[in-house]
Amino acid sequence: MAVDKNMHVLIVDDYKTMLRIIRNLLRQLGFVNIDEATDGSMALQLMRGGNYGLVISDWNMEPMTGLQLLREVRSDAKLKNTPFIMVTAESKSENVIAAKEAGVSNYIVKPFNAETLQAKMVSVLGEF
Amino acid sequence: MSSTVDRDLALHLEALRKQLGDTVKVEDVGDVVRSFLTSLSGDVSAGDLKLYGEVQSLAAYIHNAKVEIAALKPQDIQNQYIASATDELDAIVGATENATNSILDAAEKLELLTSELPSETASRLTEQTTLIYEACNFQDITGQRITKVVKALKHIEERIDALVVAFGPEIQGSELNGVALDGNAPVTDEDLLNGPQLPEKAHDQASIDALFDNI
Repeated sequence: MAVDKNMHVLIVDDYKTMLRIIRNLLRQLGFVNIDEATDGSMALQLMRGGNYGLVISDWNMEPMTGLQLLREVRSDAKLKNTPFIMVTAESKSENVIAAKEAGVSNYIVKPFNAETLQAKMVSVLGEF
Repeated sequence: MSSTVDRDLALHLEALRKQLGDTVKVEDVGDVVRSFLTSLSGDVSAGDLKLYGEVQSLAAYIHNAKVEIAALKPQDIQNQYIASATDELDAIVGATENATNSILDAAEKLELLTSELPSETASRLTEQTTLIYEACNFQDITGQRITKVVKALKHIEERIDALVVAFGPEIQGSELNGVALDGNAPVTDEDLLNGPQLPEKAHDQASIDALFDNI
């Protein structure tokens, strides 16, 4: 089944510039309903009030990190099945392992390109 | 006689204990040694003399160390150089952020033109703006790397402060707080916040994928 490009996507990053970059790349891929949050707690609040088909989150944020957000999402009955891609500069093995154990859907290391973002979205959502 | 010296030493130590307690600050060690040496009386053996010589050398060593540390002007390093370096680094982050946003402004305006262009040209223009967006990733990485450096500087600043305090008012400062690193401590979430690794040490996307798929 084709991915609905009208789905709501939530991007989470404390660097506003990075939010802007990811938003533009998503728009070029045809996704138009994009919301932004600057840390995990703001993202969680938006998620509890919305219906997101994908979360693309940074890791290193305050006060709530991307990993904490992921754990909150996976332990919430309503949100636990939301596809969640971590996009982060944290590239150590223990980071990838911790994220995978917490239930991340895929992992992108910064700096990344549009091709990688698209490939990971396809692996999580299916072809679009 | 040596036994006389031993008794005098015991009496003197007891008097010092009453006066200063069981702990003597580093800055007071020289005074204590001096006070002890000037109070000596009675016969002194060759062994006693050797011991006093060693103690005097120790006092001189501590004094010289204090002079050398004072000459380094640790508070200048702390107040001037580190503070200045931190400000400079913050300025770099601000400048790169502004520049990146200007680049993004321009790229977004170029992208708006695609609706007015033939489809092939529009497609080529979109490809180029994508490359611009990708290249702007650098700002995030730069910011995170600089944040790591600022944290390191703040750590050095804390250590200098502790050193200044440890060596007393002569170099304006109290006690060096050594923090032991426990290699067996469990990994916490904070331990995982390492920021970007240097390019030669960082995993690339392919190795991240391989690791991810094998967990």
